[in-house]
Amino acid sequence: MTSEAIFKQLIPIISTYLPEDVSKDTIQLDSDLTAELNINSAHLVDVVLDVEDAFEIEFANADMEKLRTVNDAISIIQTKLTN
Amino acid sequence: MKNRVVITGMGVCAPNGVGLETFTEALKNGTSGITHHQLLKDLNFSCQIGGIPKISEEKKREYFTDLQLRNFNASGILYGIIAGMDALNDSGLSIANQEDEPNWDLGIVFGVATSGVEKFRESIYKLDEGKVRRLGSTAVAQTMTSGVSAYLTGMIGAGNSVTTNSSACATGTEAILMGYERIANGQATQMLCGSTGEDGPYIWGGFDAMKVISYKFNHNPESGSRPMDSDASGFVPGSGAGAMLLESLESAHARGAKIYAEILGGSVNSGGHRQGGSMTAPNATAVRKCISKALENSTIDASEIDYINGHLTATVKDPEEIKNWTIALKRKGENFPYINSLKSLTGHCLAASGSIESVATVLQMKHNFIFGNKNCENLHPSIASLISSDSVPTEKISATIKTAIKASFGFGDVNACIIFRKY
Repeated sequence: MTSEAIFKQLIPIISTYLPEDVSKDTIQLDSDLTAELNINSAHLVDVVLDVEDAFEIEFANADMEKLRTVNDAISIIQTKLTN
Repeated sequence: MKNRVVITGMGVCAPNGVGLETFTEALKNGTSGITHHQLLKDLNFSCQIGGIPKISEEKKREYFTDLQLRNFNASGILYGIIAGMDALNDSGLSIANQEDEPNWDLGIVFGVATSGVEKFRESIYKLDEGKVRRLGSTAVAQTMTSGVSAYLTGMIGAGNSVTTNSSACATGTEAILMGYERIANGQATQMLCGSTGEDGPYIWGGFDAMKVISYKFNHNPESGSRPMDSDASGFVPGSGAGAMLLESLESAHARGAKIYAEILGGSVNSGGHRQGGSMTAPNATAVRKCISKALENSTIDASEIDYINGHLTATVKDPEEIKNWTIALKRKGENFPYINSLKSLTGHCLAASGSIESVATVLQMKHNFIFGNKNCENLHPSIASLISSDSVPTEKISATIKTAIKASFGFGDVNACIIFRKY
C-alpha cells in the first residue's frame, strides 16, 4: 500500500479527534498529532484502535512510543502491512 | 455571619419532562413518565416498568460534541450534563473561555450513586476476553463516580471545589446542602449542585432482587407508583437528573440575576443503623432529628411550613414517614401542611430523586401550585389516621407556598432535609 493511499485513509480517522477549532485541512504528513493538531494525548490510544480496525493490524507498546507525527503512523502501518 | 444563598438557575432531566418548561407542564397536568420496558421483561424482572427520560440524538448534540459522544455509554453523565448545563445557562452566568483562567468562585457538587454501569459492562466483556487495550481512553472518565462533575467543569470552567457526593437516595438533597454550606461560609460565590441517576437492568436489578419494587402493574405502568395509597406495594425505579445554580444573594443582586427562591438552611444526618435503623430502614429518631435540625438551622418555626415535598417512595414505609413528619413538625390532622410525592409521576429516581424533587418544589413555589398525588386513590388508613386527606391533594391545586421543606432518606440510614423560602 502506498504512503499516499494510507495518508488518504488516515485523514478521516484523525479528523474525528481534532478539537473543534482545528480544521482537517491542517493535517499534513509532518503534523505532530498532539503538539500541532492539538489532539488530546489521551485520544492517541483511540486513534490507534481506529487505525488497527481500518488496516487490520495491531500496534505494540513500542509502536505507540514511536508515534508522534502522521508520517510515523504511515511508516508503522507500512511495516505492519509488509510483515 | 453567614451569607444568604439563593437559587438563580435550574435544570431538570426527568422521566416525565426534560427542561423546566416541559417538566412544569408535566407537574401541572399530572403527566407520568413511567413506561413498560421490554428489556426488563426479557431479563425476567419482577418489575418491568420504570421512569426513563426521553432524549433524542439531536438533543444530545446540543450538549456534546461528536467526539464526546464517540464510545459514550453513560446515561447518568448524559442526564447530569443536560440538567447541569441548563441550570448554568438559566442563571445567565457566562462560561469561562478556553484560554482564560477558570472561574475560581464557581464550584460543583454533583451527586451520583453509580456511574457508567453500561460502560463498565462493555469494558468487563473486553477485559475478560483479554483485550484490555481495546478499552481505549473513554472507560475511566465514564465509570469514575465523579465523571459527571468532571465533564461539567470541562464544559463550564469551574475553578472552585468540583466534587461528587454519594449518599444513596439522599444524594441529591445532600448535594444542594453541600453547595449551600460552601456559599454560606464564604468559600464560593456560586455552586452548581445536583445529582444524577442511571437506569436499566444493571442499576435496577439489585432492587428487583430485594423485592422492594412494584410488580403488580406491569400492564398498567402509569398506575404502578402509588405513594401514600393503601395499595402501595413497592417503588417503581426511575432515573434522570436535577440541578440548581446556587449563588450568594449579594452576587445575585450584583448581577441582576432572577431569583427563584432562597435556601434557608437544612440538615444532614445518619441513624447509624441504631434504634431500628438498618442498611435499608431508617432510624425514626434520626429522621425526626434531621427535620427538626433543619428548622433550627433555618431559624424558622414548624408552623411556617406550607408544603412538604416528601421522600414517600410508595413502599410500606410511607405511613412511618408521615408519622415522623407529624412528630417532628408537631403538626397533624387539619393542621398538617400540604404534602405530595413526585415519585407518583417519575418513579423513584434514586440518587437523582433529591435534586429532581427539589427542582419540582421550587417550581411549585414559583408558579403557585401544588401538583396532585397521582394514584393516591385511597389514602393509606394509617396515614388517614394521622393527617387530613385535604393535606394530600390528588389533583393539582392553586396555592401560595411561602416556605417549603424537602427531605430525602437513603439506604445506609442517611437523611437530608432542606428548607426553601419564596423570594
